[in-house]
Amino acid sequence: MARNKRAIPEINAGSMADIAFLLLIFYLVTTTMDTDKGINRKLPPWDEELVEDPPPIKERNIFTVLVNSNDQLLVEDEYLEISQLREKAMEFIDNNGDGSCVYCKGYKVTSSSDNPDKAVISLQNDRGTSYGMYVKVQNELVAAYEDLREKYAEEEYGKSYRGMDSDEDKDVIKVIKSAYPQKISEAEPLNIGG
Amino acid sequence: MAVIKKKKEKGLPAVNTSALPDIVFMLLFFFMVATVMREVDLKVSVNKPQATEIQKLERKSLVTYIYAGSPRVNYQDKFGRSARIQLNDAFATIDDVQAFVIQERETKSEEDRPMMTMSIKADKSVKMGLISDIKLQLRKAQALKINYSSLQPKDVEALYSSEN
Repeated sequence: MARNKRAIPEINAGSMADIAFLLLIFYLVTTTMDTDKGINRKLPPWDEELVEDPPPIKERNIFTVLVNSNDQLLVEDEYLEISQLREKAMEFIDNNGDGSCVYCKGYKVTSSSDNPDKAVISLQNDRGTSYGMYVKVQNELVAAYEDLREKYAEEEYGKSYRGMDSDEDKDVIKVIKSAYPQKISEAEPLNIGG
Repeated sequence: MAVIKKKKEKGLPAVNTSALPDIVFMLLFFFMVATVMREVDLKVSVNKPQATEIQKLERKSLVTYIYAGSPRVNYQDKFGRSARIQLNDAFATIDDVQAFVIQERETKSEEDRPMMTMSIKADKSVKMGLISDIKLQLRKAQALKINYSSLQPKDVEALYSSEN
């Protein structure tokens, strides 16, 4: 009897905690938790030969944003603070100069864009502009479109555009996006205040 | 009497630690699931810009990173202080970007290649000249989906103040 009992001794699990701690510390050191977030953009494809005659766009359908090497903004030939940019851009996109856009709330000014589909935002920066400023300007321009889409979604569908699920409301999102298509064009940077 | 005396001599019983491995394993599994492996050893300092209209990068395996910023203090005597590009674990020049993108694309499977995203992680003080050069190289390499890596600001008002 005594012999039988001794045949299967209990395994010493006292160092189990030490081993687990070791693994835990390894994972703590080698991994990171930061999630990657950022502004998604699409670059235009590269073409060896420059397009000779770009399609003509009416001057009033272009919203020019210039950023100089001192991170100052010139919007439609006017000095502007970054905090005013979003509002100005929204006014421009939503202007509805030719009256073809039924959901727009713009002022229908003749010197501003015809409708959201024709409105193009042209962005040009200097080579000396800081990246932080560039991202801020991009952010404001994207936000202008997002805010307009948000308003449109609230009115047409009674729910928030930002809160929509990308799978469930796929078709709705498509409609809203085509109501205010994002048209931001970037020109080659200037090299003045290098 | 004798029995009581014996008990007093023993003092406090040892704390039962048999559940300790379980607790530690639980922590371990949490960290294994919630974190990702650190990709590279950063050689440039990157203080990301802040933005509100940010989206999460969905499939990590399809994302390739390009870092730009001034070299960290311990690399400064060798590489100077002006902004540099870092690809993988090494400093690179602008001419390396195109080859790097093509090489990275080769490692992805055929159907995933059009979905490849380039994440530009640059310091906010970097001049746009460098970023424009990177963008031109990416266009030449047909890597058109890009993402300007930024942080969600804690205080939105601070975005518009002049110092940052």
